[in-house]
Amino acid sequence: MEKSFKITASEGIHARPATLLVSSVTPYQADVQLIYNNKSVNLKSIMGVMAQGIPAGAVVTISAEGSDEAELLNKVEEVIIKQGLGEKC
Amino acid sequence: MLEIKGVAASNGIALANAYCLVEPDLSFEKIEITNIEAELDRLQAAISKTKLELEDIRDSAMLKFGEERAAIFSAHLLILEDPEIFSALEAKINEKVNAEFALDEIAGMYAQMFESMENEYMKERAADIRDVSKRLLAHLLHIELPDYSRISSEVIIVAEDLTPSITAQLDKQYVKGFVTDIGGKTSHSAILARAMEIPAIVGTKEATKTISHGSPIIIDGLDGKVVVHPTDEIYKSYRLLEKKQTEEKELLKKYIKLPSMSADGHTVEIAGNIGKPEDVDAVLENGGEGVGLFRTEFLYMDRDELPSEEEQFNAYKMVLAKMEGRPAVVRTLDIGGDKELPYLNLPPEMNPFLGYRAIRLCLEQTEIFRTQLRALLRASVYGNLKIMFPMIATLDEFKAAKALLLEEKQKLVDEQVAVSEQIEIGMMVEIPSAAVIADLFAQEADFLSIGTNDLIQYTLAADRMNERVSYLYQPYHPAVLRLIKMVIDAAHNNGKWVGMCGEMAGDEIAVPILLGLGLDEFSMSSSSILKTRSLLSKLSKEKLAEQVKHVLMLKTSSEVEQYVKNLQN
Repeated sequence: MEKSFKITASEGIHARPATLLVSSVTPYQADVQLIYNNKSVNLKSIMGVMAQGIPAGAVVTISAEGSDEAELLNKVEEVIIKQGLGEKC
Repeated sequence: MLEIKGVAASNGIALANAYCLVEPDLSFEKIEITNIEAELDRLQAAISKTKLELEDIRDSAMLKFGEERAAIFSAHLLILEDPEIFSALEAKINEKVNAEFALDEIAGMYAQMFESMENEYMKERAADIRDVSKRLLAHLLHIELPDYSRISSEVIIVAEDLTPSITAQLDKQYVKGFVTDIGGKTSHSAILARAMEIPAIVGTKEATKTISHGSPIIIDGLDGKVVVHPTDEIYKSYRLLEKKQTEEKELLKKYIKLPSMSADGHTVEIAGNIGKPEDVDAVLENGGEGVGLFRTEFLYMDRDELPSEEEQFNAYKMVLAKMEGRPAVVRTLDIGGDKELPYLNLPPEMNPFLGYRAIRLCLEQTEIFRTQLRALLRASVYGNLKIMFPMIATLDEFKAAKALLLEEKQKLVDEQVAVSEQIEIGMMVEIPSAAVIADLFAQEADFLSIGTNDLIQYTLAADRMNERVSYLYQPYHPAVLRLIKMVIDAAHNNGKWVGMCGEMAGDEIAVPILLGLGLDEFSMSSSSILKTRSLLSKLSKEKLAEQVKHVLMLKTSSEVEQYVKNLQN
């Protein structure tokens, strides 16, 4: 299961939003990947997410697999939109 | 018992145990292991301990300093629990190396990866990785890291040097004083110690090497010495002295409500210097009649990005509102020199004090400057705002800065935003060129404020951070005194007021001279306000005006010092 977002925050996903995203998914059991520029990293890894260096305007795909994948993706969507990081696409 | 000499940077006496902020030795050997399972368990145990420690630090930072500082530790927790890093560590340990070695390799690899990134901001994340890995390594080695944010009993901090960000995290309730290896009277740790009203001895060169963590020590901020492991007798005599000082402080309290008036009835303004809006409380508690210097750069420091207009507006509004109509002089951004902002990505310079800083930067990066000016103008309706520009060297700079201010004001007026019509626009006189042509500046500016810390270092060409030339940092040097006289006379000849916001304004030798020269406003650390007001009440302005003529003819700094001391006796 997956969802895609367009990042609109002017600084992209730097430390603070990365921290928010990673901490929002760690409670879930499902495996979750963040795909950007054909590169996939574990969304539960703060290092992995920050190393992607996702800039404003980027389109990212979040792909989850596991028993609570739907809840996880809803949570991610909530964080991205509420924190003004990006929009659904 | 042992005595260590240093520079007394902030008055007072403190008795407490030493708290050493020394980097402990975290060296280890690479070992070939046989039991992989046991090694992984050891790593897991260290991670659990580190996690508890970080959670503890995060929670106490949240309580004491708010969410912004606590967020750093939340990020550290995520790094610690990063599944990718953990698998990498696991894989490394599976190659039969000890956990310490595996950690060093993996953390080093990640840190390097971030360091090699283009983005400056990402580069700095390498420091977070190193910080977390250091904490974890200490747990693996069973070594306790000193942690200043968790201090919960009375201590005296002993460190090589204190950065503004470290001092900002110290809890005033428990920190009784500072001892540092490097630094002088005007280094940041010294200024902050005075702002916190605690004694400090700086420039001891060897304190961190000679004082061990937990030793009982005494700092004598009058004599500039640290006593380590005092004898009972010495300890008792210092306790007595400490008591006497507390009593003196009590006596000074009667000056809180009294006007700043000389014995012959001449009044001046005694104001306080602040770095953060909350410092206003100390100014008011000590009976300050205004804020003579708000160092706004502190709003820009210890963060990842520029403060927004709204954030600044709130800070300025808070200061102005708390001052309830008393004057508040705000200095626009003075960054550069020893005060860096990593996120501005400024290239390092050979001579930062003579380089791209303060108004020079603001006049080029006008967006940064305009944001600050707008925030100030919007806040102006909440009190008695005066704005001054730092590091002005030429008349053109002053005119350009003032033009930008007036432009922003017009824009706000056009947008129908309320702006005060009474804002005075002045400047710092801290570069000798500005002091020499103060008469020309006084025609353009509403007021002048003499910044002595820089004026002295530029006049004597002596870096105030360099201990080897600190003997040249001479506030009573005849050249400095004559420049000050020129500035005061120039302002008065043009009907303008003149203040001083350097450390000199609260100095007991300088105050009689400055009063004699006719200085209107004395701005200093809040802790010096009452002592200065008490001193002032014993001086005669009329007599000093005569005596100062003689002072200005003296040949050396020490002659001046001696002469003024004799006057008082």
